[in-house]
Amino acid sequence: MRLRLTLEPLNVADVLATVTGPDAGAVDLFIGSVRDAARGRRVLRLEYEAYEPMALEQFALYASEAGERWPGVRVAIHHRLGACAAGEPTVVVAAGAAHRAQAFAACRHVVERLKADAPIWKREIYDDGSHWVGQGS
Amino acid sequence: MRVRILYFAVLRERAGVAEETLDLPPEATVADALELLGGRHPTLNALDASVRCAVDRAFVDASHPLADGVELALLPPMSGG
Repeated sequence: MRLRLTLEPLNVADVLATVTGPDAGAVDLFIGSVRDAARGRRVLRLEYEAYEPMALEQFALYASEAGERWPGVRVAIHHRLGACAAGEPTVVVAAGAAHRAQAFAACRHVVERLKADAPIWKREIYDDGSHWVGQGS
Repeated sequence: MRVRILYFAVLRERAGVAEETLDLPPEATVADALELLGGRHPTLNALDASVRCAVDRAFVDASHPLADGVELALLPPMSGG
């Protein structure tokens, strides 16, 4: 499955397998993961939630956009939900294309669209509190 | 008409519920709904410019008309990825 929201740990090889193939000379891969510090505080974990039906529709839209701009590109997006510990991958985006220029461009496009518009939220958990990212100080 | 309201993340915490229904007059817009919800939940701050709205999973602006049975989601600043 190319487009996925999951409570399970992400498997990068599984994501890659959905976009590789004998016609794909290039695959570009983005992995986002949990950093152990943010704004000077130690982050124990992130907790993700999503408006799931809309998030999956948005993922399909980004993949469709990539397919229109770079014909033949295959895009996969797997995103975690729930608790993710420091160091764990939270999102994997892969783009497979005949040539690297299209793979790089499509992967970047999808990542930027996801970060701007996907209805997904993360909360940083510290040992003395928590904070919804994007909500200001 | 009756619409279904969905809250996420910090807005869900402020509203105290994940979803609820709202009855509105026939010509009501998203802005009208947000105003009514602000009255129902005093700390919601749904009219803040950083809150985006979606009707039946499509982004809309505040002037968008509502219809009976649609789902209006209030989306605080997003942080996916």
